[in-house]
Amino acid sequence: MIEIIQKVKNLSIGFKSKKGEEILILRNITTNIKKGETVGIVGESGSGKSTLALAMMGYVKHGLYTIGGECEFNSSNLLKMKNRDLEKIRGRKIAMIPQNAGQALTPNLKIGYQIDEALQLHSDLKEEEREQKISELLNKVRLPSPETIALRYPHELSGGQQQRVAVAMALAGTPDLLLLDEPTTGLDVTTQAHVLELLNFIAKDTGTSMVYVSHDLGAIAQVSDRIIVMYSGEIVLEGPSRDILKKPIHPYTYGLLKSIPKLSLAGLPQSMPGSQPQPGTMHRGCSFFDRCNFSEEKCKNNSPQLEYLEELKTSIRCFNYKSLMNDSQVNQTVNKIKTSLQDKEILNLSEVSISYAKQKLLDQVLNRISDDNPTVKDININIKKGETIALVGESGSGKSTILKSIAGLLRTKGGIIKFDQDRNLSSDLKERDPNDLRIIQLIFQNPDESLNPNHTVEEIIAQPLKLYFGLKGEELKKNIIDLLQKVRLGEFYMSRYPRQLSGGEKQRVAVARAFAAKPDIILCDEVTSALDVSVQAAVLNLLQQLKEDFGTTYIFVSHDLAVVRAISDRVAVLYQGRLCEVGPSKDVYQFPSHPYTEVLLGAVLEPDPDIKPKLVAEDIVEEKPPQKGCSFQGRCSRILGDICKNEIPPWQITNSGNSIRCHIPLKELQKDQIN
Amino acid sequence: MKLDNIYQEEKKSNFAKVAEIIITMASRPSGFIGLSILIFHVVLAFISPYIAPYDFKAINPTLMLQAPSAEYWFGTDDLGRDVFTRTILGGRTALTITFFGSLIALLWGGLLGIFCGLVGGKTDDIVMRIVDAFLSIPWILAMLLIVSLLGTSTEVLIPALGFFYGKGIVRVARAATHDVIAKDFIVSARARGHSNFSIIWNEIIPNVRDAILVEGAMRWSWMLLGFSSLSFLGFGVSPPTPDWGLMISNARGLMSFAYWSVIAPIVGLSSLIIGINLTADAFAKALGIDRSTKAPV
Repeated sequence: MIEIIQKVKNLSIGFKSKKGEEILILRNITTNIKKGETVGIVGESGSGKSTLALAMMGYVKHGLYTIGGECEFNSSNLLKMKNRDLEKIRGRKIAMIPQNAGQALTPNLKIGYQIDEALQLHSDLKEEEREQKISELLNKVRLPSPETIALRYPHELSGGQQQRVAVAMALAGTPDLLLLDEPTTGLDVTTQAHVLELLNFIAKDTGTSMVYVSHDLGAIAQVSDRIIVMYSGEIVLEGPSRDILKKPIHPYTYGLLKSIPKLSLAGLPQSMPGSQPQPGTMHRGCSFFDRCNFSEEKCKNNSPQLEYLEELKTSIRCFNYKSLMNDSQVNQTVNKIKTSLQDKEILNLSEVSISYAKQKLLDQVLNRISDDNPTVKDININIKKGETIALVGESGSGKSTILKSIAGLLRTKGGIIKFDQDRNLSSDLKERDPNDLRIIQLIFQNPDESLNPNHTVEEIIAQPLKLYFGLKGEELKKNIIDLLQKVRLGEFYMSRYPRQLSGGEKQRVAVARAFAAKPDIILCDEVTSALDVSVQAAVLNLLQQLKEDFGTTYIFVSHDLAVVRAISDRVAVLYQGRLCEVGPSKDVYQFPSHPYTEVLLGAVLEPDPDIKPKLVAEDIVEEKPPQKGCSFQGRCSRILGDICKNEIPPWQITNSGNSIRCHIPLKELQKDQIN
Repeated sequence: MKLDNIYQEEKKSNFAKVAEIIITMASRPSGFIGLSILIFHVVLAFISPYIAPYDFKAINPTLMLQAPSAEYWFGTDDLGRDVFTRTILGGRTALTITFFGSLIALLWGGLLGIFCGLVGGKTDDIVMRIVDAFLSIPWILAMLLIVSLLGTSTEVLIPALGFFYGKGIVRVARAATHDVIAKDFIVSARARGHSNFSIIWNEIIPNVRDAILVEGAMRWSWMLLGFSSLSFLGFGVSPPTPDWGLMISNARGLMSFAYWSVIAPIVGLSSLIIGINLTADAFAKALGIDRSTKAPV
């Protein structure tokens, strides 16, 4: 019999609202974690997945309290234990790996010291043994040269390395259960794939049970044996990972899997309507009722119970799962994107370079450019009217930097930004006239930050209308309502404050504000990364619809290659502020010809247990672009030799119009990748 | 898409918002006490000329240093004046001068701080170094210099106090502005091409207003203490105007045998300061700003 190490029984956690009502964050959760298995907990933000994971180590966030039920570990209820007893379990028996390792490590203590501390607390090793153990642990998490890493401070490591250190610290007490709260969310695609692979290895190697909390089905698919899907504080589906991802029988999971963009599909996935109900707003019926395509009358007033299906080894909370059981292979249909591409060039970047380095005083006096190795260099892109061009790359690749310069927020060091073939745009706002400012609008990553919390939706959208068109009174109001309707929000949203809106609604308001200026170009900076998966597709569809209606050009920055695949006509791949490849997205994704593109695409996580990421290159991060030669020389697995180190590679153009900057001849590049 | 009742907030009128804040403040015991003391003092300042039992400047040598009695509730001072009359009148000048002084401090300190926080760079550097230089001058010396040059009239005291107490607000306002300046809605307003004035007025002030108001309320109580110190030194209001600082200064030599003439103004002054402090704290808590984590500048 398989040993069960953590039993969660009828657990409910909640808080008291100002009015004294009891509001539940977790509702009657019952589940077991078996020895040696990895369980993925997946859900949107606010579904209670983190609260559940914390409860599993006997911790309830400040302000929340346990309403009922228990978390049993080693046959004792963690939630009733005294702090002193919990201390003996936490770290030793149950360890946690936080989302942001950079913040979880103490900045002024060396890595080795911090691991030593963990060892002192959680193991009975003597001092000499501990030293041995530290390098053993660092070796286990595959950090290069453990001796030197142990002597470094956290800030001297990259994000991926920090996360590895966090894993090493968690393993210090040889725990039976490892809780991971979104451990790869803040990391780059390539790093993410490496860390997941490491976690898989550790799970097999040590036999530790893991609870992996994430919103990302792609990451969950790679690590977990079993998946728990949470919605609105309840478990709606629980079962073997493969079955859930391949044949989801719950309408929510079904819809979720349909709405995730995939690398293999060009075009926008179908979106799920609505958003998750806020805690406390559910009273009767199924919590997914509003958004469900399979709902019936009885779903409205009766809440379904979690039902265990013996033949599938799956628990499900739905009345109508049978209708999905027969036909639930997720046949993803996509709305093919229409390209409204015109031949007219709308924006031209030539030889643009940007540097963050401060000019030296002497150089300032002599008015010469001092930094010969700027952050962003040699950017040449022609953008046609009506196209969606995506800039992709890891963090630090300069994609947002370029966007800022186009918006006029960051001075370029050299090069020309031309609008409409003849108008030069300065990279300094103050030198642009109001019309130049109007034609380029920005949409930001996080709508919580891009909307003033003290303004109503009406005031937010009114700003560009007043500024650029001087609208007033009735006309202003009419325009605002019009814009709100275009982003599918009703008139009654006008008097709302951003905090009263859901993430998707906020982003729609931000979109409405950008379109209020009637711009020609909209710069989208990671517009979907702060949103939940189920809302993401809806915002992408909206952007596409608006583009078709208005003929706007989008410059789309994203680290999510599947999203880029879904929406863009053309892709520009950047590494260390240098272009590697520019071409129609179809070609870039089909024959990833530049070695770096190959690395990026290989690392994308798909919500499919059969598609494993390919780890081509190391995930080391370079801090500075190399002085000479190819920008990717440091990590390239196909490096030719001195030529790559000394000479900037030439642009090679394929038949389909894909430009690649590499020394390896085109034929060879493509041949190798097809094999 | 529907939002349920507990998440629904209608847009409230400004009056309703202020009322709600005051109710929240009063619902805390410390806030209630603070507010009551403050209101008591303000009301007293308004009505005291009408309820004062005696003439505050009537000197009567026969009544020198009388102990408290049914006739003279707080006794009389060394010139035979009624201490009760002088105490209830003694807060008026201090309250008025410091109230307007705080407003001036808030206005210039807040605006300059926001401006510096927004523009940054060299302008910010230069202005802040000047502010720092002023912070390093002992304010009482500078005040003494100003009053001895320009006199102790209200027109001099209000701007002088306003200036000296606004310096600290510059720092607080600047720090509060730095918190919001990096947010994308400011970047977005900049990218749209709004003027600095419009950004300050529409985007920054609504977000830093609370922090600055709380700071201003705290400055008010400090300024009150400062003003009373000036009076105590003989540089505030001139005799025979009743004023707590002046009264404490006059009667301090008599403390050992005529304690009543010094206790009454001390209680008046300290209760007002405590009242303002408690109110400011409750105000901060009602707005959701916790002052306990912030060190005073």
